[in-house]
Amino acid sequence: MDAGLASLRSDAVGAMRTALVSAENLQLSLRTGLSQEEQALTQTKNNPKETNKTGNEDLKEMLESNKESLKLEAMKRVVGLIAKGKNASELFPAVVKNVASKNIELKKLVYVYLVRYAEEQQDLALLSISTFQRALKDPNQFIRASALRVLSSIRVPIIVPIMMLAIKEAAADLSPYVRKTSAHAIQKLYSLDPDQKEQLIEVIEKLLKDKSTLVAGSVVMAFEEVCPDRIDLIHKNYRKLCNLLVDVEEWGQVVIISMLTRYARTQFTSPWKEGAMCDENSDKAFYESDSEEKKDEKEDKPYVMDPDHRLLLRNTKPLLQSRNTAVVMSVAQLYWHLAPKHEVSIVTKSLVRLLRSHREVQYIVLQNIATMSIQRKGMFEPFMKSFYVRSTDATHIKTLKLEILTNLANEANISTILREFQTYVKSQDKAFAAATIQAIGRCATNISEVTDTCLNGLVLLLSNRDETVVAESVVVIKKLLQTQPTQHCEIIKHMAKLFDNITVPMARASILWLMGEYCERVPKIAPDVLRKMAKSFTAEEDIVKLQTVNLAAKLYLTNSKQTKLLTQYILNLGKYDQNYDIRDRTRFIRQLIVPNEKSGALNKYARRILLAPKPAPVLESAFKDRDRFQLGTLSHSLNTKATGYQELSDWPEVAPDQSVRNVEVIEPIKEWAPLVGKTKKAKSDEKFYSDEEEDKEEEGSESSGSEDSSSSSSSSEESGSESEEESSEESEKTSSDSGQSSSRSEKSSSESESEKKKKRKTKKAPQKKSKPSATESDSDENGNGPVAQASSLSADSSSSGSDSDSEGESDSDSVTPQKKKSEAKSKPKVEQKSKKEVSLLDLDDFSPAPTNAPKSAVISSSLLSDLEGLSLSNVSSTMQVTTPSFGPVKTYELLHHMTGKGLSAKYHFPRQPCLYEPSMVSVQVILTNGSDHCLEEIHIGDRSPASLNIHCFNTIERLEQEASVTVSMGIDFSDSTQAANFQLCTKEDQFSVSIQPAVGELLMPSSMSEQDFCKEQGKLLGMNETSATISMATANTSSQAINKHVLSVANVGVVSSSQSDFHRFAGRTISSGALVLVSLELKESPAALLTINTEKSVMASMLLRDLKQALAQA
Amino acid sequence: MIHSLFLVNASGDIFLEKHWKSVVSRSVCDYFFEAQERATEPENVPPVIPTPHHYLISVLRHRIYFVAVIQSEVPPLFVIEFLHRVVDTFQDYFGVCTEAAIKDNVVVVYELLEEMLDNGFPLATESNILKELIKPPTILRTMVNTITGLTNVGEQLPTGQLSVVPWRRTGVKYTNNEAYFDVVEEIDAIIDKSGSTITAEIQGVIDACVKLTGMPDLTLSFMNPRLLDDVSFHPCVRFKRWEAERILSFIPPDGNFRLLSYHVSSQNLVAIPVYVKHNITFREGSSQGRFDLTLGPKQTMGKAVESVLVSSQLPRGVLNANLNPSQGTYTFDPVTKLLSWDVGKINPQKLPSLKGTMSLQAGASKPDENPTINIQFKIQQMAISGLKVNRLDMYGEKYKPFKGIKYMTKAGKFQVRT
Repeated sequence: MDAGLASLRSDAVGAMRTALVSAENLQLSLRTGLSQEEQALTQTKNNPKETNKTGNEDLKEMLESNKESLKLEAMKRVVGLIAKGKNASELFPAVVKNVASKNIELKKLVYVYLVRYAEEQQDLALLSISTFQRALKDPNQFIRASALRVLSSIRVPIIVPIMMLAIKEAAADLSPYVRKTSAHAIQKLYSLDPDQKEQLIEVIEKLLKDKSTLVAGSVVMAFEEVCPDRIDLIHKNYRKLCNLLVDVEEWGQVVIISMLTRYARTQFTSPWKEGAMCDENSDKAFYESDSEEKKDEKEDKPYVMDPDHRLLLRNTKPLLQSRNTAVVMSVAQLYWHLAPKHEVSIVTKSLVRLLRSHREVQYIVLQNIATMSIQRKGMFEPFMKSFYVRSTDATHIKTLKLEILTNLANEANISTILREFQTYVKSQDKAFAAATIQAIGRCATNISEVTDTCLNGLVLLLSNRDETVVAESVVVIKKLLQTQPTQHCEIIKHMAKLFDNITVPMARASILWLMGEYCERVPKIAPDVLRKMAKSFTAEEDIVKLQTVNLAAKLYLTNSKQTKLLTQYILNLGKYDQNYDIRDRTRFIRQLIVPNEKSGALNKYARRILLAPKPAPVLESAFKDRDRFQLGTLSHSLNTKATGYQELSDWPEVAPDQSVRNVEVIEPIKEWAPLVGKTKKAKSDEKFYSDEEEDKEEEGSESSGSEDSSSSSSSSEESGSESEEESSEESEKTSSDSGQSSSRSEKSSSESESEKKKKRKTKKAPQKKSKPSATESDSDENGNGPVAQASSLSADSSSSGSDSDSEGESDSDSVTPQKKKSEAKSKPKVEQKSKKEVSLLDLDDFSPAPTNAPKSAVISSSLLSDLEGLSLSNVSSTMQVTTPSFGPVKTYELLHHMTGKGLSAKYHFPRQPCLYEPSMVSVQVILTNGSDHCLEEIHIGDRSPASLNIHCFNTIERLEQEASVTVSMGIDFSDSTQAANFQLCTKEDQFSVSIQPAVGELLMPSSMSEQDFCKEQGKLLGMNETSATISMATANTSSQAINKHVLSVANVGVVSSSQSDFHRFAGRTISSGALVLVSLELKESPAALLTINTEKSVMASMLLRDLKQALAQA
Repeated sequence: MIHSLFLVNASGDIFLEKHWKSVVSRSVCDYFFEAQERATEPENVPPVIPTPHHYLISVLRHRIYFVAVIQSEVPPLFVIEFLHRVVDTFQDYFGVCTEAAIKDNVVVVYELLEEMLDNGFPLATESNILKELIKPPTILRTMVNTITGLTNVGEQLPTGQLSVVPWRRTGVKYTNNEAYFDVVEEIDAIIDKSGSTITAEIQGVIDACVKLTGMPDLTLSFMNPRLLDDVSFHPCVRFKRWEAERILSFIPPDGNFRLLSYHVSSQNLVAIPVYVKHNITFREGSSQGRFDLTLGPKQTMGKAVESVLVSSQLPRGVLNANLNPSQGTYTFDPVTKLLSWDVGKINPQKLPSLKGTMSLQAGASKPDENPTINIQFKIQQMAISGLKVNRLDMYGEKYKPFKGIKYMTKAGKFQVRT
């Protein structure tokens, strides 16, 4: 190495000498040369660039003056010229002299100039080299770095040895900033002279070992440019890069992550294998929800995730929170390509977040989501609404969103999606409307339940005024009919009628093809169409002509009596057509169908050839094969291989030697092993929210780290069990006496709530996993037997409890359209029915006889009812926002798992307006399967009293063990606290359960002003007034505490009050809408007067009792 | 990575070019112009355009296209994000990012671009670092420089570049130490014909303006952190602290920056602060259409809805609109068919309305679709999600800073389908 350096140095000195000599010569000849040029310039008066050049003339004078300010001014103007793309190269000699200027701004501008023109004026550029060489030795690191930057940017081959030397020296510089610059210089030198590759790799190898975060990104960039195939250089640095990653600057992160993605695909085995299990030893520690998979370890060949593989996944995860969209995307692609299938979904949220960013960012992210959503519907389904199209989106964004929505469509959400498509079809952007029609076609073929609905809707679109819409519909209908032609001669007839009005060639051709293909089903119409075509044949487009010939041939075969002459006429026309394709086709058809002595054997088979049953076309996504490219790359975006694209290799069958990544002693490995021995549950729990300790441990720095982690682990374990206890305690309490709710228990319940919430946040990833696995039947979890460790069970149940929220949300998502429907029309509808009914059929806008007046009336009336409805939802959500505690939700037990043979059910009142019918109270039920086998077909059976109006949840087809699901139902209690009894059925069993609502849950908040309140109260006096003097606990006298207590008992709205000792609450009963007014007047402590005004006197007294209890408690 | 950058204005002229590697002829932009011609709207130009030897990645901001020329595989988002960062920097330096501003400051622009990329790879993009390297141009500084001969280019390596807190410069001094945080939430919603909400989301950001001496270490905690469903942070925020305690702990950059952006978890119902009553009808065969629009407040928690602006892209067949606003002013551009109505503040007692007729092209058939209505509004002193900052503490410095929190709710992409 030393010897090499010495020889290099002598090389460099040699080069320098020649450079200097030539420079001197130049300087001597500079004067004369230029004066000649000047003469030349003055002579060419008519030069179009003349003004420019004379301008440059005074610039030169300024540059050669002695005044710094003049020089600076000149340089600024020169830079202005460069920026505009004007040629300023003839100023080179004058500029280059200033390279050694003391004025730093001037110097910088000279650098800019030098870098821009050095390539064109190589000899002159050499003049500046010695200045840079001197600067490379400057004590100021900034000056050293910028000298290296410029030196390496001068693309003059003669100075390659000098650059090489400078890079090598800079790579060993004390300042990390200079080392970073040298990493950049490597790429520049490589592009200038690729022969230096070997030496440069040496430098890269050295810089890769650098521990500074500043250098890491740049050197990996250099690695990617110079020697992306030298994977072996990475081994030793792999763990360091993983650990540094979070602290590297954002641009470096992108480069490192994409390099590591490639690296990991060559070094680790696939985590996706059939039945692949994450090995307990390493993985269990991180993902506790895997605990149930423990026993699979005993399978013949378990998949063991390399700890290094896990390290990479774990260290990149926090970067999903980066503000830099490129970083988020690169982490997402890393998870997509490297993570076990069930972990990929943690990237979803972050990707959806990026959709809020700039238009261009949206475009790229949507492309990637489109590719992902083909393979993994489940990942994005909960976020379907984020892909709804807005009229202000750019067209390419709209089409991408449409693509994704189509990919996400399944039996459950198709009605929602089709409704949304309905709006899009009417869009003013016709290209987008056409794309929507194609999307409808795709949905129709993919989901057989809606094929008919879609078809009918499309037929309606045929009478649209817009040509492109009609044309697109015809084409799509043609494809759809092909899949099931039997029942649809009506549609074909309809299309034949439309034929005269359609002018778009593609659509005409499609209709003709349909006629021909199904001519036997429409025996009367087809010949007539052919007749028309014969008349207009010459004026048609080529594609239409071809189909006409086709139609003629097919009719000739099936109905030769009627069409023989027509066919011959058309064939004659085709024979003399200008287009050779048509002539060829005509000739071919004639030989095929018209029997003569020469035609021979084929003639017999003409019918079988032309009228062969044809396979239906498969409508596919344009993004189907995009995943052959690494996500997030330029190639993926363009769907072609870009220059320099590095193929992502397949996973190796057998992992290469892992020990190559070991540095010195086996630091991290050693850490991994002993962890296994510890209690797994505690470990697993803690890993999730304290990565910090984990990291400390990981680096094996101090013993304090491990101590820390163990303490936090125990605390988290505690909190886990606490929340469990809490909930059970609470449910006991509520079952014994429902009204009794001490403030303490409430507080702790909300605490445990938050605890759960927190957990849910952090555990999102593993939970999600269980969802797709439920749908994908081939997934890993099927083989699981009953493994329920006590500890893991508790953790699981708590996590599943919190899971319910998100589940519930997605659930309610899917029902919203029905809600809207029922809300708008305000009449009850059975759910299944409405699901089918949601169709394109109400595209009444398109029907040729629009009657405007009644329609607008419908709109306004529904609008009115809607506005009424809004005041309702209005309040509930205001309440949600205003109440500080966010409504402590009490959970009641519906079915204990002992009585339910493993199935347990809990319910609570979410206090939201019921989606199904306004008179219903919405109830959320959390079903948990605690048994050792899957439960199937969970649904609601008989109910009593028979008149009870319940909106049941959809039958749950399958509930995995340990899984839980939240469903929402609506019950019309008719404003009584009489229990609703019904049966909860599984495939095998039936359990009678009952829900008894607390009186406060039968209300919904109503907002009114204080004035209104008093007015209403005035109307409800006498019999309708119930009041009592109560004694309040002293702790409860603050208005906040009162609000809290009252709201915890009853779902009422706070009425803002002008008097501080007067508190008012208003609500309505859900079923009948009767007003319930609660007022509380504080007398001298602890006495207070509680008054309830309502027509429902029974409710009033019950409510009074409940409130009294709540307020009396400290 | 990034080979060259071209700045193209609305009329299709290249007004600035910069090359980081060898020079790429500006004729490469012809491919871009082609794509621009094909696109009907300026927004419809595809962000990634392949050409035989290069790839063009462009962003459109402030009616200027920033076209980057790429020669080989690179994550497109990398380039796009960088270009947006360039625009942000320009805006930060010049106040606005217009063609005129860039042309006036071409030298500073060049110096900035030179510092931001080295050989096409981002070098310094943090505004704090850049400002130490190149001082933003102010009138005062230009005057002082011309008199004293000083320059606005720093001589020293910015301290941030090497420290563990690259976003903050050292030696910051203020006489008034103050830290302001703006919680700004935006509601994105689509409301359907009948007034029911199809989708509604709340996105928020916390923008900070911190002017504190020394190296303060701040923690910001929320009353209800679990509202925040998905967050992204400025690099200064300690992620692990957030993971564990839901507390934002950070050493702030100096000046303005975006601390946090978040998405409010979707299980919370979104309060929609305004409603629209609309009746827009076109009749077959008639050359008149009716337009009737009334706005009203809803779920505003008693706060006033301000700066309301309604805009709508009317169908192509509409020739003119003759409307009568009960308050504010409206304009209708007969060329772009854009109707916009500057309402101002909504008075709940007297709801603003816009009524009148539209004249349609004679003989044209009635438009298929009723126009979509876009609404913008602002509500001061309220974060619609209910997010509340609990407290802000400062460690590491002795003085008492002045702290301020402001809440605001705005309409994001708020659309009403009619």
